Order: sequence, then structure tokens, then C-alpha cells
Amino acid sequence: MNARERVLSAVRSATHGAGDPDIVRQYRTELDPTELGEHSDIVDLFVERVDDYRAEVHVIASSELALRLGQILGEHKVRSLVVPADIDARWLSTTHARLVRDAPDVTAAQLDEVDAVVTGCAVAVAVTGTIVLDGGPIQGRRIISLVPDLHVCVVPVSAIVGSVPEAVGRLDGTRPLTWISGPSATSDIELDRVEGVHGPRTLVVLVVR
Amino acid sequence: MSSRQLSRTDHVGLHPKPGEAFLGMPPFPQAAHVALGDDQLRRNLGHATSTIRTKRLRAVGEVPDWEELRLAGASIKDHTLANLDRYLIEFEAAATAAGATVHWAADAEEACAIGVAIARSHNTSEVVKVKSMATQEIELNEALAAAGIDAWETDLAELIVQLGGDTPSHFLVPAIHRNRNEIADIFRDRMAEVGRPAPDDLTAEPRRLAEAARLHLREKFLRAKVAFSGANFAVAETGTLVVVESEGNGRMCLTLPEVLVSVVGIEKIVPSFADLEVFLQLLPRSSTAERMNPYTTMWTGVTPGDGPQEVHVILLDNGRTRALADRVGRQALRCIRCSACLNVCPVYERVGGHAYGSVYPGPIGAILNPLLHGVSDPHDAALPFASSLCGACYEACPVAIDIPTVLIEQRAEAVREKAGHPGPPDPERLGMQAAGWAFGKAQRLNRLQRLAARFRGVASRIRWLPGLLGGWTRYRAMPEIPQESFRRWWSERGSGRSGLDTVDASADLLDQRRSSSERSQRPPQRRSSTEQGQPPPQRRSSSERSERVETSEETEQ
Repeated sequence: MNARERVLSAVRSATHGAGDPDIVRQYRTELDPTELGEHSDIVDLFVERVDDYRAEVHVIASSELALRLGQILGEHKVRSLVVPADIDARWLSTTHARLVRDAPDVTAAQLDEVDAVVTGCAVAVAVTGTIVLDGGPIQGRRIISLVPDLHVCVVPVSAIVGSVPEAVGRLDGTRPLTWISGPSATSDIELDRVEGVHGPRTLVVLVVR
Repeated sequence: MSSRQLSRTDHVGLHPKPGEAFLGMPPFPQAAHVALGDDQLRRNLGHATSTIRTKRLRAVGEVPDWEELRLAGASIKDHTLANLDRYLIEFEAAATAAGATVHWAADAEEACAIGVAIARSHNTSEVVKVKSMATQEIELNEALAAAGIDAWETDLAELIVQLGGDTPSHFLVPAIHRNRNEIADIFRDRMAEVGRPAPDDLTAEPRRLAEAARLHLREKFLRAKVAFSGANFAVAETGTLVVVESEGNGRMCLTLPEVLVSVVGIEKIVPSFADLEVFLQLLPRSSTAERMNPYTTMWTGVTPGDGPQEVHVILLDNGRTRALADRVGRQALRCIRCSACLNVCPVYERVGGHAYGSVYPGPIGAILNPLLHGVSDPHDAALPFASSLCGACYEACPVAIDIPTVLIEQRAEAVREKAGHPGPPDPERLGMQAAGWAFGKAQRLNRLQRLAARFRGVASRIRWLPGLLGGWTRYRAMPEIPQESFRRWWSERGSGRSGLDTVDASADLLDQRRSSSERSQRPPQRRSSTEQGQPPPQRRSSSERSERVETSEETEQ
């Protein structure tokens, strides 16, 4: 008998007579009104929650996206920038950084020399201040949002949902998913939270109304 | 407090080295005694656990449907475990269809052999690792080392533990037993031996320590060909694996190398992708007390052009089916390794993780180890007793594992196991036999009680008892022997009054000892635990209650 058969037969004899317990789902799938607190809407809540992780967050109009993006990259002294291949060229009209377009042959070592990355996102969760990347439009490969030290993420309000179950409902589990809540952090030293270990040490979220 | 001072070399015995993993460790009672004498350890632990307890209550209190989520989490796991064969096969089919290679391992040896063979087939002399309980449990690093392959731990705390040459003492913050100055020393002394040295001007500031780890590990991430990970969840429906982390070292390992090998305990399965909506709420708030952890990665087999192009999954039993066969204990397999039970446990808070002698410490370890291995080993047999049964762990558990009930069941099993193997005369067993004899007949008990009452004066002066009984007198005064037994008092006064009056009278007596606020809040059967002369409590949170209970453990039992 091979290992597979041995494990499965041990499982079967262990669960013999265990019945079939029902799954009880009485939890909320949408945001509870009390969770909004003093915030007027989920966009407001999202902004507060992202800020709480000590990420930089700005709410901007879509008409000023290129301008603000250029400003932010300038403020962070970004000299080189990696972008998804399908990024809207107009977003980058005001930046002077050296551009690297994501492509299968761009290596981790090359990305290690790049200052920043700009991406979009698939979904954002208000209550937890989370953005989710799924490798879809304007997101590129997972590696580009990981190796550079600054991640600028553009979040259209249409991507923001209230709760975790709503976000899971919008996602396709078979895509490569990265859930990001604030900059990389650790609490390993005396349980003090320190931002910035291996992932991008700075996260900038641009919410586009 | 013990007067014994530990020198630095004593830490070797207390913090076991990997490889000889816990083999030289004494069973829990002795190990706990040594740990209690280590003031530094107790300070580090006390600070860390009290910080995280407070934060967790806040993070959990924010969620209006927390109890409903707990119930869902517990029931999803119970349902999955009861149908585990079906879901394992479904997972295997979905993961395989998505391009992963699924392996099965009945025990640690088989799992390590598969992992080593994969690493060898790529002619690599080193691999990077994401922190994983399963790979620690099977001692994968040691197996790789024996094959001439270095396994680099990339989690900051695991790096501290690995460079410091000891073993983790907590699931979530494995270096919780080290403070910042000790960590800075370890980095200065050891980083250069295995790669990029620590910066010359390294200080003990956490930010600087984290940066030193970032620089040290970055070169390893960039050149690694093979990575090993565990998984927090494995989705049967889609074949998806999930890793929940904070630092980004997980993303590095799961994204950069060409080959990814994940060791996944068979209890990690959840039926559908939608079930993650429950666990992604329960886990971060229970473990790091955050609304969400910084990074969660989900991958399904191979994504062409993105991430590792060769993906392996090793499904691991290693005692899990043994635990699954235990009707009461199988609920321990619901565990999502959040470590909330460690942080609220009054025993863990004082002795730390190493005293448990296993990669799974704390309350969950106290039940999981005997379930995985049985209680024939003295280490595992001692663990069900490493608890005051205060119940704080059950209250904190996000999947509602009733740890105290399982502990009691296992204590019974440990006693049965011992009874089945008669050894040298054992004072505990003799004492129990004597008690059995005394309580066997009412008249006999009566006579013995009268006899005992004659020694009241002597007993009240006893300050010290020998042997097993010394465990009582070391920390407590001898209980007073009453002038007459309850049975005698009852029979003498019972003739003149009705039974009902008598009950009321004794209830009044109890009431006088309690404050009025207490009476309105606690059910009558809990009264005994409050008669310790403590101030009248106002509304209590669960953590405050757990602290109270630990001061009155005898009455809770």
C-alpha cells in the first residue's frame, strides 16, 4: 500500500461513525452599520483603516491622478519605476523616473535596483484597510509589487467593498492573490510593531473618486 | 521565587538546540521549575503576553458577529474533518489539475525524504524557508542538513532562533524568550558566519534589527532556487494554498524561487474558497490582534509566467489520524495556530514555550502532543497536567476548542496508561488507594474523621510535609481539621429542623461572605471561587476573569 492509500485508510477508520456535522453560517456577509462608526461611507472607512497601518493614503479626483502620482513619486525621490505592461500611459505623463515595464524576462535582481512600483488592484476591503492584487489589469506579476521598496497602489472607489466576505465573493480563488494591509511589518522583537522588513517598507494608496 | 541564578550556559538546557529537538529536555514539571527561575525569561514573557492580550481584546471587540464567526469556524472544521477523505481527494485533484504535484506522507520521515529528494533533484546546496509549524514538527531543516543542504529561515524571529542556536518558544513570535539586547548580540556574533554580516553600527533598536535582517536575507532570496513553506489553509474546491504572514518573507519565498515545496498537515483543508471569508477574519485578530495581517498569499498550482513554475504539495499525516480517531480530542485538529491560547494562559505566561518540550507549546500543545503521539512517553504524559483548567484558552480560541475538557479526558487516559504498566510503588497511587479504602465505607470514614479531629492541634502547627505532600506545604498553609465532620453535625442537628431551613441557613452564611454585586453576576455554583477575600469586582472582561481564576485554582477544580 502506498503512502496515499495508508493515509486515506487511516483517515477513513478514524472518522468512521463521526457523522456529518452541519456548517453553521450565522455571521454577517455585509458590513454591520455599527462598523462604519463616524465614517460617512465605506470609502471614508477604508481611508481611515489604511492610515491606521501607517500607510500613506490620499483621496483624489480621477482628473488629477497623473499630477498627484508625479508629485508623490517626486516626494519619495523615485528615480526608477516598474509598472505593469498594461498601465495607462497617461498616468505616467508627469513622472521623470526611469521606467521598467513588467515582462517575463525582468529578473528579481533587476527589480532589486528599482526604487518603486505603481499598480492598480482587484478589490479593496474597507473594514480591514486591505487591498487585493490578483494579477489582473494594471497589476503585473506578483514579483513587481514585492521587491521594490515603495509600492504605490491606485484604488478606484468601485473596487472598495465593505467586508471580508464581500471581497472573497468578488475574487477568483484560482488566480494568484496577494492581500496587502499596510506596509511590511514585524512584531517579532518584544511585540513592538516595526514597519518594513522584507516587503515594500512604504505603501502609498491613492483612492480615486 | 527560586533563589537559583541561571548562568548563560544554563540556557542551553532550557532552550533546546534544533536537531536534538527537545530530546534532552526533562518532563514539564522539572523544565517549568528551571524556567520559573529565569527572571529575564519571565520578564520578556510577561511583557509580551500582556501586551498582546490587551490588543486582542480590542481587535475582537470590534467585530459585532465574533461569536457567530467562531461558531462558523468550528463547524466548518468539524464538517471537514468528518469528511476528510473526500476533501483530501478533491484537493489533490484540483491542485494537480492546476499544475501542482501532490505527495502524501504518513509520517515525518516520509515527508522529509520527499522534500530532500525534490531539493536534491535541483542540485541546490541551500533553500529558503517560510516559517512553518509543520516543517518544524517533522524536523525538515535537520533532514536537509544531513543531505548537505542549508535551510535558511527567513522569518525574523525564526532567523533569531536559528542564529541563536535554539528552538522556537511560541507559534507567532518564536523568539518571544529573547529581548532586543540579546537579539542584537546574536546578530553581531552570528550573521557574518552565514552570509552578509550585521552592520557595524547595529543598535538594539527594533527598527535597526529589522533592517539588518532585511539586508542579510535579501541576498538569499535573490539567489534561492528552491523554497519550502507550510500553509495556513488548503482549499479542497480549488486546490489553493494560503500563507498568512507579516513581514513579506513569505511573499519572497512563495514568489521568487523557481521551485516551491509546501508541507501541509491534512487538517489544514477547508472545503471551499468562500470558507476563507471566515478564517481571514478569525485568524489575524486572534493572533497578531490586527484587523488584517500585512500579507496573505494565495496560490493555486502553477501560474504560467508568474511565481514558481514547479510547485509541490506534501500532505502530511504524522499522528493527525491518531488525533482524529479520538472522539473528544479530535476538535484539537480545528486549530488554526493563532496562539491566542498561549497568550492568555497563566501557565504559559510564567514558564514559556520550551518547558512544554515540543514545537507545539501552551494549552493547545498540552492537548495536541498527547493526541499526536499518545501518552506512553513521560513528556507527553505530563502535559495534560500542565494547566490550572482556568478555561481562559477555551474563551480565547477562535475555533472554540474546548481545551479544558480535552485535558481532563487526557488526564484520565494518562492515569489509565500508568495503571496498565505497574512499576515501582508510587506515592500518588498509594495515596489514592488509601483514599479509596477510607471512602469505601461510611462507618470507616466516620471513624477516621473522628480520629483525625483528635489531631487538630498538631495539624495546625505543621509547616512542612515530606515527599509528595510537600507540594502542598511548600506554597500553602495546612487546612484546618474541623472539630466535627459535616455528617456528624448534620445528624445531630437534623432532628429538630426541616431540611429546607437548613439549606437556607447555609445559603445565608455564604451570602454574608459575598458582596452584593457579586451575587447578581455569578451563578451560584461558581460562588466558591470568590471566597478569597478579594475586592468586589465590577463588570469583568474575560482576561480579567482569567487572571482572577488563576489565583483560586484549587476551588475551580
